[in-house]
Amino acid sequence: MEAALSVENLRAYYLMRYFGVVREVRAVDDISLEVRRNEIYGLAGESSSGKTTFIKTIAAAIRPPLEVVGGSIKYSFLDRDIYGLSPEALSAIRWKHLSYITQGSMNVLNPIRRVRQSFIDFAFRHMGRSKREFFEIVDRHLARLHLAPTVLSAYPHELSGGMRQRVAIALATICRPEFIIADEPTTALDVVVQKSVLRMIREAQQELGSSMIFVTHDLTVHANIADRLGIMYAGRLVEEATTTDIFHNPMHPYTAHLVGSLPRIGDSTPKKALAGAPPSLADPPSGCRFHPRCPLAMDICRQAHPTLTTLAANHRVACYAASPLVKRSAEPAPAPARSHLDGEVIGKAMGLVQ
Amino acid sequence: MSGDLLKVDHVTKFYSASGMFGRATSPALDDVSFYLAADRPEIFAIIGESGSGKTTLARIILNMLAPTSGTITFRGSDLSKIHGRRSRLEFMGHVQPIFQNPFEAFNPLKRVDRYLFASARCFAERRKRAAQEVAADEALKKVGLSIAEVKGRFPHELSGGQLQRTAIARALVSSPALIVADEPVSMVDASLRMSIVNLFKSLRDELKVSIIYITHDLATAYYISDRVMIMQKGKVVETGPAREVLSNPHHPYTVLLRESVLSPDDADRPSALSVPAQGTVT
Repeated sequence: MEAALSVENLRAYYLMRYFGVVREVRAVDDISLEVRRNEIYGLAGESSSGKTTFIKTIAAAIRPPLEVVGGSIKYSFLDRDIYGLSPEALSAIRWKHLSYITQGSMNVLNPIRRVRQSFIDFAFRHMGRSKREFFEIVDRHLARLHLAPTVLSAYPHELSGGMRQRVAIALATICRPEFIIADEPTTALDVVVQKSVLRMIREAQQELGSSMIFVTHDLTVHANIADRLGIMYAGRLVEEATTTDIFHNPMHPYTAHLVGSLPRIGDSTPKKALAGAPPSLADPPSGCRFHPRCPLAMDICRQAHPTLTTLAANHRVACYAASPLVKRSAEPAPAPARSHLDGEVIGKAMGLVQ
Repeated sequence: MSGDLLKVDHVTKFYSASGMFGRATSPALDDVSFYLAADRPEIFAIIGESGSGKTTLARIILNMLAPTSGTITFRGSDLSKIHGRRSRLEFMGHVQPIFQNPFEAFNPLKRVDRYLFASARCFAERRKRAAQEVAADEALKKVGLSIAEVKGRFPHELSGGQLQRTAIARALVSSPALIVADEPVSMVDASLRMSIVNLFKSLRDELKVSIIYITHDLATAYYISDRVMIMQKGKVVETGPAREVLSNPHHPYTVLLRESVLSPDDADRPSALSVPAQGTVT
């Protein structure tokens, strides 16, 4: 299947020049990934893992000091790299082909204009229709997303947080874009609202047949919405697999820890916390950036950084310690270890940790 | 009643929002009652969505806000009877807050250690800087840090997890009997969240501190708390042992909350959210 988005060896650094000295922060360092047609690709990572920089870069919404140092970004609806486009061409594809659901829905909607005006601001020029036809389309679109047409005449402050987020989703999907970037769309929402907003995003995506990159640090959200998952750590993609594989057969120790430490109702077994903290991107550790916190760290991990290699079908991992695990997972997997696998369990299994 | 550490008795709070649209009439808190026993430290979780009044309740317990009606007694003494600097500081020494976002709780332009020293001066009667440092170091050791790591540092020089630990250490400087933690882990990174949550457990078990854990995250509440109280629109809808309430909820609102919680196990059925009418559900 042709990829909706293919990113190759993307490097985006924050370059700060003080008096001729260049300091660089490698926020996105050599990331290659593909988002397939009609799929939701989940991108997980903590704060300062570079996930926001990554989506800014693929949306071509970068400003100095952020610069793309290398790599290519190709969308299926474009015949060339997105950075080869003129500003006019870029603004023509934005919203119509490539749209964006932001985190703080409060901040996207103009507080002193009615929602109707926001629809005109965002989408009218892309449609090329008369006002009347445009609002017929808007009404039909809102009905499809189960939103009452009365939201159009409301001001943002009259709507609840959940409703505003729904309006933001309706805005992002009105032009039937091929590609949608969703940046933590449910993080600010309550549990009860969260599920219905996720369902709405899923419905909209399936109805349009769009592809989507869905970014959040919350793995339980990913478990519910993403088809495939990429895990970012300190500016690099460390693991990528189908959501089921990530949860049942994580190969990178960091992923294994994240999945293993998720609290769930009905389970009160003690969960181990990972020592240390995510590294600063201005001064990342040598070699594999996870090695100072990794229970499996070996000498090679301190010297060279592992490349993302395909270790199983649809499963890419960047870890030297992970390769023997594949042989293990080829055997019939011991059932109780699944998804509670943490670094120590892997370590024990491999005889690396006492 | 002397057996109670904290007793919240029929507390109601109205915010008077009189303005262009008349007076707001719905109470932020409506007849809330609960107690914490003095001899048995516990983690008491208050769960509710935004607007359920949980932060208002926290502010009332911290005596930052007076209830419209009802009484709150801490170790048998009424909070509304606390007057004057000395008795207020004494109360604050016993009941300490931890806030949601450690990056907002600390002033970015001030060194983090000054908060620890100020707490030691005000609540633990440490007048000399050397004594303050000892008190700060003791508190930091309880959370797995030390004064050497924190001294002279600004908030941006510490990671989110370290900063939240420092905030907890600051609350521990005065050896409080009760900590009120308002969404303490929702702004902390995923890989550090469990270390904070586990820290609360050890505070309860080793330091015998009672903790009021305010959250909307049912999964961590289930993991650490002994009792839970579910709130909706200012009313308490269900209270009881955490395991019992969350595994077998009775009130329709608790059932709704319980059903809304996303579980990592949903990865097994990736189409859980999709719509049957689309014909994609297997």
